[in-house]
Amino acid sequence: MTEMNMRTPLKRVRALGSAKEGANHFWHQRVTAVANIFLVLGVVWLLVSLVGADYPTVKATLAHPVNALVLGLLAVSGAVHMRLGMQVIIEDYVHGELSKIVLLMLNTFFAIVIGAACLFAVAKLSFGA
Amino acid sequence: MAEAKSLRGARAERPLSPHLQVYAMPINMLMSIVHRITGAALYFGSLLLAWWLVAAAAGPDYFNWVNAIYGSLPGRLVLFGYTWALMHHMMGGIRHFIWDTGRGYDLKTIDGLAWGTLLASIILTALVWLAVWVVG
Ligand code: HEM
Repeated sequence: MTEMNMRTPLKRVRALGSAKEGANHFWHQRVTAVANIFLVLGVVWLLVSLVGADYPTVKATLAHPVNALVLGLLAVSGAVHMRLGMQVIIEDYVHGELSKIVLLMLNTFFAIVIGAACLFAVAKLSFGA
Repeated sequence: MAEAKSLRGARAERPLSPHLQVYAMPINMLMSIVHRITGAALYFGSLLLAWWLVAAAAGPDYFNWVNAIYGSLPGRLVLFGYTWALMHHMMGGIRHFIWDTGRGYDLKTIDGLAWGTLLASIILTALVWLAVWVVG
């Protein structure tokens, strides 16, 4: 707390929840969930179409702008969604303040690594040699 | 007036608390738990997609190695399980959206949605793998 705060402690914590984030959580979870329906169906379709395909075909297909875009969007939406989801699971079952903070941090790292790995791979397939 | 008769001495017809040896979980409770379990499975399973994409970006030799693992029998079994988890979690999510609109809270609908989630997840998984079989 950097400045003198005239609000009561109750007012300050209201609607923040155990990970100090608040009601945005619910909304972001729903927005990404709706997006995931379309993106997951698109990516499942894409992956099924590539069963048994050789490397040049896979590479060219994944580099197609529409496919790359859908994959990239799923990487972002999926990473945000799964991070929020796992956060709830951690909040429900882990009650020590320190272990909770550590796990929430690992959760964030994991989601970012997965999202970044997918984005980087798609970018390299699209723009790389 | 039958109600006026005294029940003293008779056994009252109260609901009994769940008897642990014969207790069967209500289907909607089970589907809720499965939604969480599939969510957690998808969470770690996201490594499968990331690894496959990175392999494709890494070049033909590495990709062919990874792709062969995914195409092996154990690989296909894992992917089959992943497909079902994904479809079940997706249908469970749609169930949540219905509830989010304030609808579907009567017991009959709750049970119907739970069975519907299960049935739809099985049908969708079968369709995906039928397509895999046709394509591959
Ligand atoms: C396919 C479309 C998807 C839909 C419609 C969907 C929907 C949802 C919804 C509505 C919730 C919140 C449940 C609640 O409030 O209790 C949720 C939770 C969750 N989702 Fe998803 N999801 C989808 C895909 C995914 C994917 C791809 C992942 C992981 C990579 C994932 C991981 C999770 C996790 C870990 C939770 C937390 C589970 C819990 O708190 O019980 N979801 N999902």
